Amino acid sequence: MSEVKGVAQKGRFKLFLERRKPIIEDWKHTFYLWKSTTLAMVGTVIIFVFFGIAIFAPLLTSYDPIAQDLDNRLLPPSSQHLFGTDQYGRDVFSRVIYGSRVELWIIFIVSIISVGIGTLVGIIAGYFGGAVDEVLMRITDMFLAFPRLVLAMAFTASLGPNLTNTIIAISFVDWTVYARLARAEAIKVKSQPYIEAIRGLGAKNTRIMAFHVLPMSISPVIVQLTLRMGTIILTAAGLGFLGLGAQPPIPEWGAIVSDGRSYLVQQWWITTFPGLAIAIVVLGFNLLGDGIRDILDPRLRR
Amino acid sequence: MQTEVTTQYLIHVKHLKKYFPTKRGLFSSAKYVKAVDDVSFDIPKNSTFGVVGESGSGKTTLGRTILRLIEPTSGTIRYIETDINSLNSKELRIFRRKMQIVSQDPYNSLHPRKLVKNIIGEGLKIHFQLSSEEIYEKVKDILEQVGLREEHMFRYPHEFSGGQRQRIAVARALVLKPEFLVLDEPTSALDVSVQAVILKMLKDLKRDFSLTYLFITHDLAVIDYMADYVTVMYLGQIMEFGTKDDIFLAPAHPYTFLLLNSIPNPDPRIKKKKVIPMGEIPSPIDPPTGCRFHTRCPYARDICSNVEPEMKEVHKGHFVKCHFPLG
Repeated sequence: MSEVKGVAQKGRFKLFLERRKPIIEDWKHTFYLWKSTTLAMVGTVIIFVFFGIAIFAPLLTSYDPIAQDLDNRLLPPSSQHLFGTDQYGRDVFSRVIYGSRVELWIIFIVSIISVGIGTLVGIIAGYFGGAVDEVLMRITDMFLAFPRLVLAMAFTASLGPNLTNTIIAISFVDWTVYARLARAEAIKVKSQPYIEAIRGLGAKNTRIMAFHVLPMSISPVIVQLTLRMGTIILTAAGLGFLGLGAQPPIPEWGAIVSDGRSYLVQQWWITTFPGLAIAIVVLGFNLLGDGIRDILDPRLRR
Repeated sequence: MQTEVTTQYLIHVKHLKKYFPTKRGLFSSAKYVKAVDDVSFDIPKNSTFGVVGESGSGKTTLGRTILRLIEPTSGTIRYIETDINSLNSKELRIFRRKMQIVSQDPYNSLHPRKLVKNIIGEGLKIHFQLSSEEIYEKVKDILEQVGLREEHMFRYPHEFSGGQRQRIAVARALVLKPEFLVLDEPTSALDVSVQAVILKMLKDLKRDFSLTYLFITHDLAVIDYMADYVTVMYLGQIMEFGTKDDIFLAPAHPYTFLLLNSIPNPDPRIKKKKVIPMGEIPSPIDPPTGCRFHTRCPYARDICSNVEPEMKEVHKGHFVKCHFPLG
């Protein structure tokens, strides 16, 4: 006991760190791998810049992204308007900057909803197996049997085209991927002896699923999520372009591209800059996703 | 050891059966692997009840079925007065505190992403309302009991050797203060030198915690060291049952005799007895008719292949399932 007290006097924080040394070492190793993977670093930088722009949008531009200024329509890029102006005289730069907030919001909500539904369905199906598995997986197959964009379009068209419904529609199309992944992992994990050992201790199914199966099944889902964030943006932009997503004057990138498409030949800047923004961010997420997959791959780790 | 008259029993197993259905083809009817086929025995309190048999004899299935980790096909399992089979899932979860298992494979039986503290503390969190300090103290105490130290609490399973992992698995079971522990080949994955240390520890823990063991193994030397009673299993059935001395000194079943005969003796001066070739264990899907052992038995006669022998008592407390017991 006296020894314990002696340790306690060293300071709780120090003790905390000491005990968690293996975890900290593990994180250090992860960070090292991260640094040594060039493409993952590039992806990380792009995503950080994207986040930064979304957070500090008002500081980066002095123009209101939705205020019309019909005297200054269709101005080419200049020092006044970096990306030029559109047919209503709105500053394209400012619209692209503020658009990052819209995209970020879409990604955030879609990730939470689709990963939530997907892992829940997948883990329940995989853990219980049998009839539960069959029913849940056939429902998943029904969703998978439709082309994604068409299904998302059908959802938004029936719910009414606006940003919230776009998010709901993309989430409902996207969850199947995570459900399949989580199910495959859950099936693998549930037959492990340590899960039976925990059952032998008297744990409830819900406890086993939440605290033991879920943490072991989540990493491929996270990797897939990062890889799919690009796709989420593309789907949102696609819906926006088709007029089914965010409604004007919300500066959603796909919608901006759509706004400028009739001016594409003469006033190329209206579509080009938001298009580039989409491309760069999608690329960034894909690089990051690939990097995370490599870093988490146990065969490459040590 | 208690005398015969006052022997108290902890576990009563009656006519226990566990059949696993095999994959059914489109045109064939379902077949069953008879892993445990009509097994009955009683385990005396505070004893070590050994179960030996070759791989495929159903001993692991037996251990897991008694704890209802797999549902039995039929038969009853009683724990003193409680019928374990009739417990509903909630009652069973609560009851699990009293009976724990230590499995064969220490490399896969511990959650790879959890700290030892949480692996051992899990059962406490499930069964008791304790503060994290209380859990910490209990985990620390039990770790010391199994020969590990406080600092091991904050490590992951992969940082330990096989023997240490098996100690952690034992600690996880014992922290709940169970009365009955199934040890399913707890040392078969360990080095021989580590085996001895773990077996010694298990013996000491049995005394300190007044435990009852069901000790499953294929290693007769281990059974000789650990067990008070020995059950010999073959193709899902009990062939012979008795005290350790009955089995080792006066085996009555030809199978037991052959098993004992197959132990290599390190003394070169002892003349090797004639070794009788035994062949492979038959499939438990279509076990032989009559006595299950007749296909490999050197003493088999006509009756053995047709009539299943009854369990008979050759002398007090020593049972054998054979038409022509030895000795």
